[in-house]
This record gives sequence, structure tokens and C-alpha cells, in this order.
Amino acid sequence: MNIQVVDRPTGAAKGKAKLAIADCDIHPSPKSLEIEIYPYLSKRWQTYLETYGFIYRQGFPNGPAFPKGQPDAARRDAYPPNGGRPGSDLDFMREQHLDPNNVQLGILNPLKSGQGLQNNDFAGAYCRAVNEWQIAEWTSKEPRLKASLMVPFEDAKTSVTEIDHWAGNPHFAQVLLLSRTAEPLGQRRYWPIYEAACRANLPVAVHAFGYGGTPVTGGGWPSFYIEEMVGHAENTQSLLTSMVIEGVFERFPTLKVILVEAGFAWLPALKWRLDKLWHRMRDEIPHVTRPPSELIQEHVWLTPQPMEEPEPREHLLDTIEWIGWDKLLFATDYPHWDFDDPARALPLKLSKERRENFFLGNALDLYGLR
Amino acid sequence: MTTTPPPTAGAIDCDIHPSVPSIEALLPYMADHWRDTIVQRGVHDLETIAYPKNAPLTARPDWRPAKGLPAADVATVQAQALDPFATSIAICNCLYGVQLLMSEDIAAAFANAVNQWMAAEFLDRDPRLRASIVIPTQNTEMAVAEIERWADDKRFVSVLMLVMDENPLGRRLYWPIYAAAARHGLPICVHAGSAYKHPVTSVGWPSYYTEDYAAQSPAFHNMVSSFICEGVFAKYPDLTVVLAESGFTWLPAHLWRLTKFWRGLRAEIPWVDRTPTEIARDHFRLTLQPVDAPPTAADFERLMEHMGSDEMLLFSTDYPHHQFDGNAVLPEGLSPALARKIMVDNPKNTYPRLQ
Repeated sequence: MNIQVVDRPTGAAKGKAKLAIADCDIHPSPKSLEIEIYPYLSKRWQTYLETYGFIYRQGFPNGPAFPKGQPDAARRDAYPPNGGRPGSDLDFMREQHLDPNNVQLGILNPLKSGQGLQNNDFAGAYCRAVNEWQIAEWTSKEPRLKASLMVPFEDAKTSVTEIDHWAGNPHFAQVLLLSRTAEPLGQRRYWPIYEAACRANLPVAVHAFGYGGTPVTGGGWPSFYIEEMVGHAENTQSLLTSMVIEGVFERFPTLKVILVEAGFAWLPALKWRLDKLWHRMRDEIPHVTRPPSELIQEHVWLTPQPMEEPEPREHLLDTIEWIGWDKLLFATDYPHWDFDDPARALPLKLSKERRENFFLGNALDLYGLR
Repeated sequence: MTTTPPPTAGAIDCDIHPSVPSIEALLPYMADHWRDTIVQRGVHDLETIAYPKNAPLTARPDWRPAKGLPAADVATVQAQALDPFATSIAICNCLYGVQLLMSEDIAAAFANAVNQWMAAEFLDRDPRLRASIVIPTQNTEMAVAEIERWADDKRFVSVLMLVMDENPLGRRLYWPIYAAAARHGLPICVHAGSAYKHPVTSVGWPSYYTEDYAAQSPAFHNMVSSFICEGVFAKYPDLTVVLAESGFTWLPAHLWRLTKFWRGLRAEIPWVDRTPTEIARDHFRLTLQPVDAPPTAADFERLMEHMGSDEMLLFSTDYPHHQFDGNAVLPEGLSPALARKIMVDNPKNTYPRLQ
């Protein structure tokens, strides 16, 4: 079971200084929509929300048809003592996570943030509200945190407007997309988003999850939440394949893509397969002028959470070597249940340099914050 | 003059693909009603977008005939797939669009015709050949009936399904198929391909054929999850599932991930009472080609360690698909002992009807 809560001391470790980390996947929630989001939504959209609710490409307005492992998919101990949802209280986040884990850089990835809403106008307005909210409630109060620029990605034009609106604003570290899109992310309808992100000098992060309307497998809908969760890796492989084969990285040579919360150990086998197919099928995809593995090496980073756990664990050293030690950005997924604890996530003997880069340096380099 | 036998001499090739040369070839094996349907309604062949006729992957240049489809008669298969590799046995997995049809009645008629054609045109003509039973997965009862029809013919050694059907393959609606397969000592061969009832990726239809073929791999990951999470092997402990033309270098990482989530979410699937990694090693087998290998032999050896079992791989050429050139079918980095297991011992242990 996964509901056991262990009492562990919080607060900074005594004695030796704890390794500073970057946490590239933190999920903040508003205390309530009325208090924290409504101030940034027009009366029209407040009324719309109250009348029609959130309409996605799925039947339930309040969450997926796969019941999660526990409420809000959250750690049982992450509910703030003063009430509210996990991830909704900055002071408690500092106390439970940022301070004791010595988080030097935290990237906020709000979910339920307007992305994937069927009504494009509402999606655009809601994304704008969430962007305002991140600055007002989080990043302007806590300099260790950086916001993600939410865009209504199914509507590229509005997405570009949103990116242009915030371009140059130091509160934002990246543009955020979700992985379950209406069409594969390499397709041209999404290219203006990549163009605008490059123009704003922001990486594009793609976080696992969302509602694209197609089954989570190419062979239909599975029965269980575990299949959906595991399937985020396959989903992410599909979108990465699309970006490579459609030629996104050739078209946007400065584009940086971060794949968030989809694991990472699958990447070597995907690279080998795509390279082989590229050699065989170059007549079909002449616009891809270099082996896919090279394009991925140059343009793609991953957060490793949830960290794979082979037996023996040392197999991960091969895997990371095949990916590149500079390509992984540590993330905890706080406050979610499958949190990777920095003290336990990588129980392997590593050089000091590798450990520091894995937990912090790679992220500082990628986000230009070194 | 004596010639040295190829390193694959005596191997059991677990995945070759004879082509139905044309729809006319099947008409003799169909009832009048279906023959009339095909002729009068102008049904074309059931070739699919999974293997476009002239795509480089679909047939190796030296296996591509001047006219017509590759591997379309037994003499060609003998000359190209059996003799050069000196294989002792080869299993025919006929990829024809039976599973794509919308009418379960037409699908059942085609499945039966394909099986009759396979028996008459290939199995009767070369004792080295075996085949998988093509079934109409559109209707479970009809699929089971087709298995029963061929169960006594020991030259049919497994049951063929596509990795992307209308539902994930572990779903309970398919279980009578698995019950019949287990009853008759027939592994389920899950082959690359789609019934195209859904987009091949979880994010919709891709633009290029290259992506369609790449998408087979994630689909295999999904179906390994489905078979395990639904509890198929708890219900049918004797069932073996052969993943064909699946690649295999992805398997260790997928099982790490599935096992990790099982540790956190096993309350949802309490019938999964040991790690998915253990279950997979007992119940899944994978054909060799395409290898999708890492760049060096040393990397390949490390990957084989990650596999954690030398019993899972089954020799295959994937003939006539273009996965390798010449007879370089065995990847570098494979020890002779492991090669022997993959070519002979593992197939024999996988297919009860080959023992």
C-alpha cells in the first residue's frame, strides 16, 4: 500500500551541508478558484465556469475516468495544516519541501490550468489567469521558484500571443505543454508555439498528462490507472517521435524540449529504433537530415521522476550513460504521491561532479541560471 | 565443392510473412455467399497501410520480385527464407487486413480462408513450415471457433493477433481466446500491426509511415502492461505470449517502470501478486528481428544483462521485411551459447507443438 506516512524530521539536516537541488516539477494549486484565480478572470469567464464547468475531451469534468491511487494523487502528508489542497500553501511548501530538501531552484508546473479545455477562448483566458496567479502568489513571494508559461496549446495563435505577452519576464522559466494533445506535437499546427518560444528564449516543457481525446494506447482504452500512469512514457515517446520525424528540430534549431514526469529509461531504445528507421526510410522523410539520436541529444532533456528502479540499480548507470549525464534534470513531483525524494532517488555511487549536475547543475545550465 | 553451413543452420525462424498474392487466391476457400460479396461489391485486397507495398521496409531489395508481392508462393519462401539460413522450421505469420474489417462476419470468412490458403499453399508443400492461426478478433466467439477448427492440425503452432486491436489485449473480452489457446498448447503471437480502430499513437494520427512503424513499439509496451495488469497470466498460468516484430531492446526499461508503479498501485490489481518483471520473464517471448540494437557490441552485451533472462528471445528473420542485409541476422555481441538458445532451445520451449 502507499498510504503509510512516516514521521521524518523536517528542517535542514544537521551537521554537513545538504546538497542543493533543482526541483524541475513542482505542482502548485490555488487555495480556491474564487480567491486566487477569479481576480484574473473576467466576469464573463467566471460566469461561464460556474455555468458550464471545465469541458475537456473526456467525460468527467473533474478528473479522469481512472480513479487515482489516492485523493488529488497527493502525498498523504502534503495537506497544509491550515487547510486547502496539497501544494496550495507557500509557507507549508517551504517548510515541508523547499527548506529541508535545500531546493535552490523550483519550477512550478500548474496542472488544471486551462490547457486542453475545449472552448479555446476560455482556455486562453484561463491560461492568462494562471500565469498572473503564479507571479502574484508564488514567484514574487519566493525567489527560489520560477513559473511556467501556460498556453492554450490547441490554439496556436492565442498561445503565441500569450508567449509574446510575457516574453522577457524573468518570472517564467519555460513554456509548458501537456503530453496528451489532440494531434502529435510535431505537427505543423503547433509550430508557431515553438517559434514563439525560441523567440522568447524559453525552453518548451511537455508534462505528462492531459486530455487529447484519443485512447491512451494505440489499441484502445485500458482498464486501470496503473496502465495510464505507465502509459505516460509511451505517450511521451510518441510525441517525441513526432517532433523528430516531422522535422521540428531542423526547423527550430534553438528549440529546447524538456520531457517532464514520463520517466527516462525508455529513451535509449527509442533512439536506436528511430535511427534504424531513419536509415531505412530516408526517402520518406528527407527533411530529417541527421540521425534522430543526434537531434534528440541536442534538443531534448528529461526529468527522471518517477525514477526507474532496476535490480540491480547499477543498470541505471548504463542507461544514463546512453542518454547523457547532462540531459537529466532532477524533479520531485511535489506534492504528488510518486514523489522522488532527493535523498533516496539515486542510490548509486557517483562522482561529486555528476551528482551535483544531476541534482542541480544541469537545470541551472538549461535555464540559463548558473 | 562443399560449402560451410550458415551460422543459423538448424534454427527455428519464428516470424516470416508469406503474402496473400491477391484476393482471388482466397476465393477458392470461401463460401459462395462471400465469394459473391467480394466479386459483386468489388472488395479489393486487404493489403494495409502497415506495410505499403513499395516501402523500403516492406521487402528487402533482393527479396522483392519484379512483379507482384514478395513471399507470395512457397518456392520463393524456400529459396529466400529457408534455404539460405538453413532453418529447420519457420513459422508463417500472415499479415493480411482481416483484423481491420468492420463486419465480424466478413472477418470470420476471411480469417478462415487465409488459414485454408496457408495450409494448402504452404504447409502442405514444405514440411519445414508452420503457421499461426489467423482469427477474427472482432468477435470473440467466432475467434474461438476458428481456433477450434484448426486445433487438431499440429502444423498450426500459435494464434495470431495484432498488437493494436480495438481493445487492449489483456481485456477480459478476449479471455475465451486465451482459454482456447491454453487448452490446445498454442501460444498467442502478438504481432506488430494495427486494426486501425484508433489512431496508432495516443496523441492521434501521425503524418508519416515512419511514425506508424515507430508507433508499434509503444503499442507493445502498452500491451505488455495490459496482459499483466488485467491478470491474464493469473487466470491462464500456462499461456505464453510471443511478441513478434516488436523489437526487444525496450523491454527492460518498460518492466522497470511497470514494476515501480506496481509497487505503489498494486492495490488496484491485487491479482498481480509478484513483480511484473517476474511475470514477463515467465510468460513473454520476443522475436529477434528487428533488433533495434545499440551502436556497439559492448552496449548490446550490457543490454542483454538488463534483459535478465536468456530464455526470452526467439530467432526470427522477419522475412521479407528489410531489417538486415545478407545473412547478418544475428546481432553482434551475441555469444555462441546464447545464439544457440535463441535459435533452437527457446523456440522449442515456447511452442509446445515444436517439441
